[in-house]
Amino acid sequence: MTRTLSAPVTVAFDYTRSTGPVIGRFLTGLRDGQIVGGRTSEGKVVVPPPEFDPVTHEAITDFVDVAPVGTVTSWTWVPEPVKDQPFDRPFAFALIQLDGADVPMLHALDVASPDEVSTGMRVQVRWRAERVGAITDIEAFEPATDAGPTGVEALGTNPVTGVVVPVSLDYLYAASPEESAFYRGLNEGRILGQRCPTCQKVYVPPRSACPADGTPTAEEVEVSQTGTITTFCVVNVPFLGQKITPPYVSAYVLLDGADIAVLHLILGVPAAEVRMGMRVKAVWKPREEWTYSLENIDHFEPTGDPDAEYDTYKQHL
Amino acid sequence: MRDVAVVGFAQRQMPEFDGSPTCVELLVPLLAECYEQTGWTRRDVGFWCSGSSDYLAGRSFSFVQAVDAIGVIPPVNESHVEMDLAWAMYEAWIKIQTGEVDTALVYAFGKSSAGVLRRSLSLQLEPYTMTPLWPDTVSLAALQARVGIDAGVWDKAAMAEVANRSLTDAEKNEYSIRKGGSSVEELLARPMYADPLRKHDCSPVTDGAAAIVLAAGDKAREVREKPAWISGLSHFVDPMSMGTRDLTRSPSAARAAAGVDLSGVEVAELHAPFSHQELILRRELGLADDVRINPSGGALTSNPMFSGGGIRIGEAAARIWSGEISKAVGHATSGPALQQNLLCTLEGRS
Repeated sequence: MTRTLSAPVTVAFDYTRSTGPVIGRFLTGLRDGQIVGGRTSEGKVVVPPPEFDPVTHEAITDFVDVAPVGTVTSWTWVPEPVKDQPFDRPFAFALIQLDGADVPMLHALDVASPDEVSTGMRVQVRWRAERVGAITDIEAFEPATDAGPTGVEALGTNPVTGVVVPVSLDYLYAASPEESAFYRGLNEGRILGQRCPTCQKVYVPPRSACPADGTPTAEEVEVSQTGTITTFCVVNVPFLGQKITPPYVSAYVLLDGADIAVLHLILGVPAAEVRMGMRVKAVWKPREEWTYSLENIDHFEPTGDPDAEYDTYKQHL
Repeated sequence: MRDVAVVGFAQRQMPEFDGSPTCVELLVPLLAECYEQTGWTRRDVGFWCSGSSDYLAGRSFSFVQAVDAIGVIPPVNESHVEMDLAWAMYEAWIKIQTGEVDTALVYAFGKSSAGVLRRSLSLQLEPYTMTPLWPDTVSLAALQARVGIDAGVWDKAAMAEVANRSLTDAEKNEYSIRKGGSSVEELLARPMYADPLRKHDCSPVTDGAAAIVLAAGDKAREVREKPAWISGLSHFVDPMSMGTRDLTRSPSAARAAAGVDLSGVEVAELHAPFSHQELILRRELGLADDVRINPSGGALTSNPMFSGGGIRIGEAAARIWSGEISKAVGHATSGPALQQNLLCTLEGRS
C-alpha cells in the first residue's frame, strides 16, 4: 500500500482576453492571411508587434506588413510533444525571421525529423483553413516551396478584439498521509481525525500540522458519527453544479470528539426547523456505494435527542 | 542600511514527493531544522514569506494551507510571492530594512511531479502569441542553446563540461537527485534529446522545499559565530519575448552584477537550469577563473521549482558559516531563458 491516496485531477479554464489595438491588429492580420509587424523607434520591424516601444515606451502605431516567408534563426526538436502543442507527433519549434522583419518570431516548424531542419533554411507559413484571429491561425511553418504559401484570402471584416485561450492542466493529485488515512477510514465506514499533541485539539478532516501551533499531528482518533450543528445556512439560490434542489440546509456539524466542524447536508427535517445546537447523526449510503470520499455519508439527520447546551459548542463558532 | 545575515537554511529535494502538493508535511521538519539551528521558536520570527504557485499544486490557495506548518495562533506577520524562495527572501530583507522586524523565516515549496512541469511553465509566457503554442521550458532553452552554438559563443563540449563538473560535485551533495560525473566524451556520446540539448543539459524535474532564516545585527551574531552577511542584493529583468533579445547574453544578469560587488568572491552558486545558461551567467558576471562554480552540483543536478534559486543562496551561506570561504554569491533565475536574475553577495566578516 502506498503512503498516500491519489487521483487524477484536471483544472481547466477558458481565459477570455481583450487584445487592445496592437495585438488586435496582429491577430486580425492572421485571420486575414497577413502577418503584421510593428516598427519601433529604432526603426526595427518586430513580429509580433510589441504594444509599447521598448525605448520610448510610446504605443506602437506604425504597422508594417511582412512576408509569409522567412529564415530559421534557431530551432529545436520536440521529441515528446506535450498536450495542446501544435502537433502531437515530434516536430520542431523554431525562431523564424520573416522577410521584412528585423527580429525572429516563435512558432512550430513541421518537418518529419531533425535532419530536415537547419539554421538558415527558408520556410513559409502554412495557414489554417479556418482562421479566427489567433496565433494558431498559422498552423505551422513548413519548408519553403517555389509556389509559396496558399490560402491567403481575408476571412472577416471586423477587427479582432478578443481571444479565448483554453488552458487545461492535468495533475495526479495526492492527499497528504493524514488525509489519506481519513479517506481510507471513510471507505470502511469510520470517521478519523488527528490529535495535536500540543493543544490536544482533534482535527477532522485531519491536517498534517496543527494550524494553531504548527506541531505535526501524531495521534489518529476515531470520532463519533453523532454531533451538534454549530451553525447552518438555508440554501435557496440555484447555482451551476448544484446537486440538490433548493431549499436545503448546509450545516457545520461538530462531531462528538472533534474540535473542528465538518460541512455537510442536513435532511430528514424541514429547513425551517434546523437550529444551532440540534443533535444530528450521519446517514451513510449503501455499503456497496462506498468509496474514498466524504460523500459516503449521504447526509446528517436529527437524532431526536434534546439540543446541546450552547456552552458545549460556543468555542467552535 | 541595516546589516542583515543569512543564519539558517534547510532543504529537501527528491524526484517524487509521496505527499500532498501543499507540502505541509514536508515543511514542518524544515521549519523544525531552522528552529534547531537558531535556537528560536516560531514566536522569535518577526516576518514570514513563502514562495509557491497554485499552477504547480493544482489547487487554489495552496500557500494558505502551507501556513499550517507555521501555526498561526497568535497571528503571524506573513506574506507570499508566486516566485522563487530567493524573491521571498528579497521581500523579507526589505521588511527587515524598514526596521519593522529584526528576523524573518522564508520558505518555498513545489511538487513539480504532480503535473507536467515543462508544460505548466508555458503559463508564465505572453498569453496571446506564446502560451497558445504551449512552448515548453526545454524547447525555449534549446532555442537559446542553439543560438549560442551557431554564433560560436559556446559549443556542445563546453556545455558537457558544465554537466560533467556538476554531476561530479553532486556526488557529495546528499540532496542532489542526479549525480555521477564521467567525462565530456562520454556525455557527448549520449543520445540527443531536445536537439541541441541532451538530457544532462537539462535540470531534472524535482520536488522539494527549502527555508532560509534572516536576522539583523546582534540577532544574527547570537545565532552564528560567522553569519553570512548580505552585502549586496540586486534584481533585474529582461523582456519576455524570445525574438527581441540577444539570447546569447543576459543584460539583466549583467545589470544585477553591476549592482553588487563581486570582487573577492570565492564561490558562485548559479541557478542555471540548463548547462549553457551557466556559460551565459559566468560571462555576464565576469567571474574570475579561480571562482568555484556550483560546488553543490547546482540546479543542473537538482532543481525544485520555487526553491531551486534560494537553495543557491543557502548553499553559499553554509560555506561561509563553516569558515571554508569568506565571500560568495548566490544567484536565482526565473522566467523563460534566464529572463529574470537576482544576485545576493554574502560575506563572512566578523
